[in-house]
Amino acid sequence: MSDASTSRLSDDLLRPLLQTTWQFYALVAFLASIVLMGLGTWGYQMYNGFGVSGINNPIYWAFYITNFVFWIGISHAGTLISAILRLVNAGWRRPVTRCAEVITAFALMIGAMFPIIHLGRPWLFFWLVPYPSSRMIWPNFRSPLVWDFFAITTYLTGSLLFLFLPMIPDFALVRDKSSGIRRRIYGTLALGWRGTSKQWHRLESAMSIMAIAIIPVAVSVHTIVSFDFSMAPVPMWHSTMFGPYFVAGAIFSGIAGLIIAMAGLRKFLHLEEYLHPIHFQNLGKLLLMMSLLWGYFVFAERLTTWYGNEPYEIAVLRVTQKGSFAPLYWTMVVCNFVIPVIVLSLKKLRTIGGCVFVSFGVCIGMWLERFLIVVPSLGHKYLPYSWGTYRPRPVEIMITISTFAAMGLLYTLFAKFVPIISIWEMRAGEHPAPALMPSAMKEHALGETHA
Amino acid sequence: MSALYAMFGDGDSAQRAVNGLRQAGLTDADITVVSAVPIEDQEFGEIDKTTWIWYIACAGAFLGFCGSTWLTRMTELAWPLQTGNMPIVAWWPNLIVIFEMTMLGSIIATVITLIVTGGLARRMPKLYDPEVTDGKILVGVARPSEASVPDLERALRAAGAAQLRRI
Repeated sequence: MSDASTSRLSDDLLRPLLQTTWQFYALVAFLASIVLMGLGTWGYQMYNGFGVSGINNPIYWAFYITNFVFWIGISHAGTLISAILRLVNAGWRRPVTRCAEVITAFALMIGAMFPIIHLGRPWLFFWLVPYPSSRMIWPNFRSPLVWDFFAITTYLTGSLLFLFLPMIPDFALVRDKSSGIRRRIYGTLALGWRGTSKQWHRLESAMSIMAIAIIPVAVSVHTIVSFDFSMAPVPMWHSTMFGPYFVAGAIFSGIAGLIIAMAGLRKFLHLEEYLHPIHFQNLGKLLLMMSLLWGYFVFAERLTTWYGNEPYEIAVLRVTQKGSFAPLYWTMVVCNFVIPVIVLSLKKLRTIGGCVFVSFGVCIGMWLERFLIVVPSLGHKYLPYSWGTYRPRPVEIMITISTFAAMGLLYTLFAKFVPIISIWEMRAGEHPAPALMPSAMKEHALGETHA
Repeated sequence: MSALYAMFGDGDSAQRAVNGLRQAGLTDADITVVSAVPIEDQEFGEIDKTTWIWYIACAGAFLGFCGSTWLTRMTELAWPLQTGNMPIVAWWPNLIVIFEMTMLGSIIATVITLIVTGGLARRMPKLYDPEVTDGKILVGVARPSEASVPDLERALRAAGAAQLRRI
C-alpha cells in the first residue's frame, strides 16, 4: 500500500473527527431536543402513572413491548452480520462492519430501556438482577423476563466488546494524529496499543473467538425475546416456530436498518469512495433472501392457524386479516414482502436508492409486525368477556418517536468521535495477503497426493 | 540506550532487517516489529503467533457454566417457589441462563487474555514511533547491550534503513 493511499485513507476517514460543521450542531440539537421531550414524557408518565398512556386491561403490552422487540430486532443488524462476514473472511465487509456493530450497541441499549419504561416503578428495575434482596427473594429463573435480562446483558456486553476491540488500533491512529486533550483521550482509549506482531495476532484471535461466540448469543437473544410470547397460553403466541420466526424477522429488520445507516453515512460524511454501490447490492440481495424467508414464516404460521381452525386463534387471525387491524396487516405484507421482492429481484432497481427505499418500508413493516403480534392477541384471549382493543395515547407516541431520535443522535455522535469505517481494516484490505489455502488442498491441486 | 530502531517503507525491507538482526544473534523475542496493519505476507508476521487464548476462552466458558449452574440451582433451592407446576429446580429454563453465562464467560476471558497477553492497559513502552501510523514499519530492539549495538546498526542499515533512531 502506498504512502499516498494510506494518507488519503486516513484523511478521508478522520475528516469527520477533525472538522465540525454547523450542520452537525444543528442535527445534534434537533435530535437532542426530541430525545429530551421523550425523557420529559417518560417523567410525566412516571409521575402520573400508567393511566396517562393507552395501556389498559386487557392490553398491558402495547407500544412499549412492540418497541422493545423492534429495537432488539434492529440490533441484529450489526454484530451478527459482522461476525458472519468476519468468519467467512468476506473482503467487502471491511467498510461495513463498524457501521453495523454500532447499530447493535445502540439499538440494544434503546431496546433494553423499554422493559424498564414499561414498569410502573422503573426505579425498582434492579429487582431483575440476581442478588439476594433484604427479603431473600431471588429472581425466579423460570420467568422469561429474567431470561431477557441474562440474554440482553450477555449480548450487550459481547456486542460492546466486539465493537470496541477492533477500534483500539484506530484509537491509536487518532492518538498519533492529534494533540492536546484529544490526544490524551484517544491515548487512553487506545490502551497503549502499538501494533506489535503479538498485539495483532492476539487481536485477530480474540476477534475470531468473539465472532464465534457472538453468533449463537445473537440467535439466542431474539429467540428468548420470542419466548416472552410463546411461553404464554395466548392465541397465536403459543407456537414452537416463534423462535426462528423472530430471529429471521430480526435479521431482516436489522439489515434494513444497516442499509439506511450506511446510506446516511455515505451521503452526509461523503464516504462514496468507501461505501460502494456493490455493498448496497450485496446487502440488498441479503435483504431479498430475508424477505422471502419472512414470507415463508408468515405463510407457515397463518396456514397452520387457519387449518387448525381453533376458534380463539381464528378470531385473532380474522381481526388481523379482515377486521380492524387489516389495514396495518396488509401494509405490513406490502412493506415486508411485495415491495422488497419486486424491487430487489430486479438488478436495475437494486440501486442504492432502491435499497434505501425498500429498507424504510421494511422498518415500517417490521414495526407493524411486532405491533400485530402483541396487540390483537392480547385483545382476543380465551375469555371473550375480556376482549378489548388499544389506542395509543400521545405519551407512547412521543416516547416511541424519541427512541428513533435517540438512535439518530447516538449514531451521529459516534460517527463524530470515532472513525465510522475501520481504518486499519481498510488498509489491511489493500495489503496483499497470501492465499488462505490449507497445504493439503494445495498438494491435492497439484496432483501430488495421489501420485 | 533503551532502544534502537529504524523505520522501513515496505514489508520486504522490514523482513531483511529482521533477518539481519537474527544473524546478529538476536532471537525473535528480542526483536520488536510494529506496523499499522497486521502483516500477513512476510515471514516476520508469524512472530508471536502461538497463543493460549482459545484454551483460555474455553476455560472462561467452563467457569461461566459452573457459576451459572450453581447460581440457578442454589437460588431455586434457597427460595423454593412453586411456579406453573414446574419442579423447584427446573433445568429447561435454567439451561437458558446457563447458556448465556457460559458464552459471557468465554467472551470476558477472551478480552482479559487479549489485554494481559497483548500488553494493553499498561504504560506504553518507549519503543514506538508515530510514523507507524503513516504506514511505515518499525523494526527495532529494546534495551540492546552496548556491545551488540554496532552489529545491530549494521544489520538495520544493510536492510535499507535510511536513518537509525535511538531512544
